[in-house]
Amino acid sequence: MSAPALSTRALAKSFGSLVVARDIEISLPVGARYALIGPNGAGKTTLINLMTGMLSPNAGKIFLGEEDITALEPQDRVRRGLARTFQINTLFPGLNALEAVTLAVAERRGIAGQFWKNVAEHKEAIEEAYEILLKLRLGDDCYQVTRELPYGRQRLLEIALALATKPKVLLLDEPAAGVPQDESGDIFEAVASLSGDLTLLFIEHDMHVVFRFATHIIVLVGGGVFTQGSPAQIAADPGVREVYLGTRGHG
Amino acid sequence: MLPPIIGVLFDGFAYGMLLFLLSVGQSVTLGMMNFINLAHCAFAMLGAYVTVILVNDHGWPFFATLPVAFIVTALVSIVFERVLYRRLYKATDLDQVLLTIGITFVAVAVAAYFFTTQQQPVQLPSYLRNSFEVLGLRLGVYRLTLIAVSLLVTGLLVGALEYTRFGAQVRAAVDNERMARGLGIDVDRTFAVTFALGSGLAGLGGALAIEIVGLDPSFAFTYLVYVLIVVSVGGLSSIRGTFAAAAVLGISDIAGKYYVPQVGAFLIYLVMISLLMWRPTGLFGRR
Amino acid sequence: MALAENTMTPQRYLQRLSRWRPIEIAFWLATLLPFVLLPNYLSLASQIAIAALFALSLDLILGYAGIVSLGHAAFFGVGAYTAGLLSAKLGWGEPLTGLLAAAVVAGAVGYATSFIIARFRHLARIMLTLGFGLLLAELANSAGWLTGGVDGLQGIHTWPLLGVFKFDLYGYVAYAYSLAVLFILFLGARRLINSPFGLALRGIRENAVRMPAIGASSRVHLQMIYTIAAAIAGIAGALLAETTETVSLDSLGFERSAEIVVMLVLGGAGRLYGGLIGAILFMVARDQFSGIQPQYWYFWIGILLIIVVIFLPNGMLGGAAKIYERWRKR
Repeated sequence: MSAPALSTRALAKSFGSLVVARDIEISLPVGARYALIGPNGAGKTTLINLMTGMLSPNAGKIFLGEEDITALEPQDRVRRGLARTFQINTLFPGLNALEAVTLAVAERRGIAGQFWKNVAEHKEAIEEAYEILLKLRLGDDCYQVTRELPYGRQRLLEIALALATKPKVLLLDEPAAGVPQDESGDIFEAVASLSGDLTLLFIEHDMHVVFRFATHIIVLVGGGVFTQGSPAQIAADPGVREVYLGTRGHG
Repeated sequence: MLPPIIGVLFDGFAYGMLLFLLSVGQSVTLGMMNFINLAHCAFAMLGAYVTVILVNDHGWPFFATLPVAFIVTALVSIVFERVLYRRLYKATDLDQVLLTIGITFVAVAVAAYFFTTQQQPVQLPSYLRNSFEVLGLRLGVYRLTLIAVSLLVTGLLVGALEYTRFGAQVRAAVDNERMARGLGIDVDRTFAVTFALGSGLAGLGGALAIEIVGLDPSFAFTYLVYVLIVVSVGGLSSIRGTFAAAAVLGISDIAGKYYVPQVGAFLIYLVMISLLMWRPTGLFGRR
Repeated sequence: MALAENTMTPQRYLQRLSRWRPIEIAFWLATLLPFVLLPNYLSLASQIAIAALFALSLDLILGYAGIVSLGHAAFFGVGAYTAGLLSAKLGWGEPLTGLLAAAVVAGAVGYATSFIIARFRHLARIMLTLGFGLLLAELANSAGWLTGGVDGLQGIHTWPLLGVFKFDLYGYVAYAYSLAVLFILFLGARRLINSPFGLALRGIRENAVRMPAIGASSRVHLQMIYTIAAAIAGIAGALLAETTETVSLDSLGFERSAEIVVMLVLGGAGRLYGGLIGAILFMVARDQFSGIQPQYWYFWIGILLIIVVIFLPNGMLGGAAKIYERWRKR
């Protein structure tokens, strides 16, 4: 039995008396398509911040495969294969899309410290970046400066940057947040086309999307895991409905 | 007989209280709006020159000029806030630094034009220039007054923050601006009032500083450095932190000059750098 | 491999971004004009070249990596004193090795302080740069036996360049020397900016939060550029010491640090030429208005800063770029 791609054990975090994560035990098998849902303020983004190292926990451990990464800095976790996207676009406004993804590729390849050769001479890195952009249908926009890209394309670039790090586990924080209905299809097709070896955990509010893509759903409430199970189980669970589905006015 | 170190501590503490008055406004407004205002000591300088004009040219008694220094500076700061500062609340650190340094340059030039670059003395009433002996130590009345005024101000500030509605709004805005707006608190107005108060206090501090450190146009820059040190070491938006940092810095500076004069001002910078490295958000800071 | 309709490959596109533009070539040719047209102003020209180099070094950390430094003159001063002391106290006045020594010493100081600078952001970092600058200035002041204190360092004598070119009174050799050093280091800086490292620096400036999320160690990058910028500033300082044969305390002071920030911002940070343009404008203006009293000078600088921040946030070059864009879109 191989170790899960990503797992947490008794993960806890509080800010003074405000508890944002309570005894969280999660286990993502390799190739999983897990969804993380829960009402606003449940601590979903906090959990991702804990997993990626942007926040340090008060207690508990995080494992990437067999390795305990709890003490590792965020960039070291990325180098070991754990990547994430941000709920609010966290891009490089002044760089064009090609430059941004090439930078991510260069960092991964360890050539970002080289200051004596022109970027343009690093053919393989550029081509790799371009392929990622193509895969996400950003090929035509890749020369545009990020801040001038339409919002939906920016969300795709968010994912492109994460993919450039060649992750084993990808945490997507509301990938289609704020994207109008007619464009969000692009995003989920991109997500769907991701390799089966890649383990995905995504935060999402749109239940249609969740039921379409997820094989397993974790429900987070008040910083703790309320329940988890297959989509059918979750849909049928009255407790979940009450806490989450029932209180929402629209899907 | 008290040893001379007590005298040094007394002078240092008085100096620290002066730094406190000069810095407290900066600490709160920086913490609230994250706006780096390097023109803060130019405002202090304004208060000082107001006092000089009123006392030297119009024969006002010294104490009467203090509230005027406070009010004039507060009003002038409101004008600057409305016209210039407002536009840069979301701007980069660099832009805020440049704008406010620019204002300071202009202020220094204007001061030099009207008052020359010479030091301006101010006529103090004779009872303030006295000192009396306590256990063999000369305690200056002026410094005692300075300490008393600062402690009074501290008390008022802490009281206002804790017990008034305005104080609660200030604390909310500092803690979480977005949330405060969401609760219906007019954060912009709260900030404008706080900024005016802070600048007014700086003006008051400037007026009180004349006797201790002298007044000439370079005041705006020289004391800016000390204020920034106090603010970054004390922690933003913390009255306690500003008080503690100001006291520590005041005493270190005076003690340094008394005991190791060769080392000079160098000691203060070393203390600041070390403290910042230990606690980058300041002794009592949170962010 | 399917490509978009344009025949340009991504690689060629990136190459095009960093090609030499005709206006750049025109600029560098123009720097030769003073030899012919303004032979009486060669020593000013040499001072401008030195200021331009200093501003360039600041651009690397401020314009490209986003580090606001109010104490960059510390490295300039360290370089100046290194070259100066080498000549005044050790009798070694060879100019090129003087530059090398200055680069090494200033770079070492930069490296040491970079450990601290790279760990902080915002106000704390600005304060630390300010603090270090002031600290060094105080040290230089107190160590009068070494630095000559307020009177400045005496007894510097610069040997002929390459053993042949004696530094003449008119400033021909001085300007040629300063210009050559500026150009060579400019080429180096240009290379650096267009390298993957340059891209990483821009990444840090554009969004420091995203960098760790793509596996980047910002701290390492920042330390590297800070050290390089310190070394270059040191070389600029050494140039000043060698060409003017004097070094004084104001080469380290806060005014010098503030001035260089003003020059860079005036020209436009993050555009490589901004520091050069800003230095030219500032130094020429200062020379023209040298008659007026210092406070008036500071008055106008203050007004200029306010105007630049409110109306021209990207300096002259930024403003020019915007006008050019608008003209192109017509």
